[in-house]
Amino acid sequence: MELLVASAVGILTAAGIYMVLRLRTFPVIIGVSLLTYAVNIFLFASGRLATDMPPILRDGVDAYTDPLPQALVLTAIVISFGMTAVVVIIALGAWLSCSDDYVDDPELHSGQQAADPNPRGGSFR
Amino acid sequence: MTHWIIAPVVLPAMLAAIIILAARFHQNLARVFSMAGCVALLLVASGLFWRASGGQIDVYLLGNWSPPFGIVLVADRLSTLMVLLTSVLAIPVLLYAIGSGWDMRGRHFHALFQFQLMGIMGAFLTGDAFNLFVFFEVLLIASYGLMIHGGGAPRLRAGTQYVLYNLLGSTLFLFALGTLYAETGTLNMADLAGRVAAIEPGADAGIRVASVLLLLVFAVKAAVLPLHFWLPASYAEAPAPVAALFAIMTKVGAYSIIRMYTLVFPPDLELTQGLFGTWLLPAALATTAIGMIGVLGTQRIDRMVAFSVIGSMGMLLVALAGFSEAGIAAALYYALHSTLATAALFLLVDVIRDRRKDAGVHLVDARPIGGASLIAGMFFAAAIAMCGMPPLSGFVGKLLVLDASFGTPLVVWIWSVVLGTSLLCIVGFARAGSTVFWKCHQEPGERNDPHTETDARNKPDPDDQHPATPVVAIGGLIALILAITVLAGPINRMLAATASQLFSPTPYISAVMGAQGKVITYGGSDGYAQDGASDHADDGTEGEGEAH
Repeated sequence: MELLVASAVGILTAAGIYMVLRLRTFPVIIGVSLLTYAVNIFLFASGRLATDMPPILRDGVDAYTDPLPQALVLTAIVISFGMTAVVVIIALGAWLSCSDDYVDDPELHSGQQAADPNPRGGSFR
Repeated sequence: MTHWIIAPVVLPAMLAAIIILAARFHQNLARVFSMAGCVALLLVASGLFWRASGGQIDVYLLGNWSPPFGIVLVADRLSTLMVLLTSVLAIPVLLYAIGSGWDMRGRHFHALFQFQLMGIMGAFLTGDAFNLFVFFEVLLIASYGLMIHGGGAPRLRAGTQYVLYNLLGSTLFLFALGTLYAETGTLNMADLAGRVAAIEPGADAGIRVASVLLLLVFAVKAAVLPLHFWLPASYAEAPAPVAALFAIMTKVGAYSIIRMYTLVFPPDLELTQGLFGTWLLPAALATTAIGMIGVLGTQRIDRMVAFSVIGSMGMLLVALAGFSEAGIAAALYYALHSTLATAALFLLVDVIRDRRKDAGVHLVDARPIGGASLIAGMFFAAAIAMCGMPPLSGFVGKLLVLDASFGTPLVVWIWSVVLGTSLLCIVGFARAGSTVFWKCHQEPGERNDPHTETDARNKPDPDDQHPATPVVAIGGLIALILAITVLAGPINRMLAATASQLFSPTPYISAVMGAQGKVITYGGSDGYAQDGASDHADDGTEGEGEAH
């Protein structure tokens, strides 16, 4: 269980960081999503791993799992979901109006852009 | 328990909803609501500031849950000071947005503006680390909308960068909070302070990681080198009133550093020795240097002002990084000053961009602008304040920073970097001012042509008609800069009291932890009913989860 959760967080984070370091918006957004999945699992584990235990106090039960991280994760999921939707829309707007989807400074690409016959190809190809 | 503490958060939130729902198609109604809200906010903030200025710490329990289970809002000297600064800044910025017509170049400016204020106020007032994250997200998501207000390709691209960078920052924030919760089992700041202090020296690996992760998050917000890359493009491309409001956003990062690293991880804490204390000051010095080098190096005035934001954040953190009382007081004064000065400069840049037409923000020769003497005078005053030349507030701020650095091991470095970068800043702003306002007699490329009809070109376009409101708004900001210069003495005494309150956190902790609210009575009245030994259930048990 510990190994599974820990390796899930680690692999998702590593993959997320790799994707974030790309130049185009689409892989970067995928990378950010992977990172938010990683952090959600990480938050979930921050209340210690406990299986098959209730988060709510009940009669006749004396072992519990921590309910607070579950509430934190819910908040984090909602926020990251909303934020990802926002960034997708803004990135789409930038892609449509700049006719390329580079994430970094536009001045760096002013030369390349002229040389590229199909600048809209990008990562969507 | 006074309910006024929640007003700075609730008032903008309600107003934003009203503006979206009721005033959606009524420009003037939206403007009136927004401005009335800002004035009301200023009154409430002044009241809270007055109440806290005697040293009283007010705690507001959301849902009346007893701390540390429910979320608390805390109004102490530092929080109310920052709330007051935000509401003071909001009025001229909003006046400028209305006067210049920026608010009508896209949709929902006023609603987003109010949501932005709500997030900033909440971040300053909250006493709960996870709630701080939530308010960061509120202010960020509003700022995403404001940042791309009005549209346009460069702005959308800069907006994408800004959003992505801040999403990564938020992810890092969650990692830090998860680590903190795993180590201490609480996220209430006052409770954290007690529990972090009680951690055994042998089991400190997790908390050391958490403290550094958290500082990295705040360093992203405060644009500390090497995490400052998001700032120049975002601030330069953002609409001017938005960039001026963003002047307070970097201070949210600085505020969070001050709050967390005096309360939860105080400088004399054994656990975190040799971590941020070692590298925050060099990073702050490098930030100051790179910001002011950027001021000198850039070819556009909007980027120049954005770089001066980085430089002034560096200066603020230089004062902060020693974590001494005098240092924090100096940092707070510098925060007041640099917020007002950068806001004034961003608005001035927009006026210049509007009036220069084709030349825009580029530092090239162009025809003179209309009303140049007034605009040049205000640019001169704001630039003097930003560079830290006497007689304006920047000079007082830098003097305090330098004075506070005595006794720290890197005092020689601090003096040389602060004074050296001031020179760079002066040269940068002098070059920009003289290019825009003095060397503006000829069209580009016609410099050596004796037959040019210079008479016609020397005069600004007579058709230019400029509304007065934007100039009044900028004048208001400059008047505020003057006011904090003239009142530097009383302000400093107040800030010294603020800093000393921060360095004796016992009243804060006892005010929060001693606040009486509803408790979870399952298994006893002490609230820690985790053992399940008792045999009666209580409905209130679920409340804590919902509260977050």
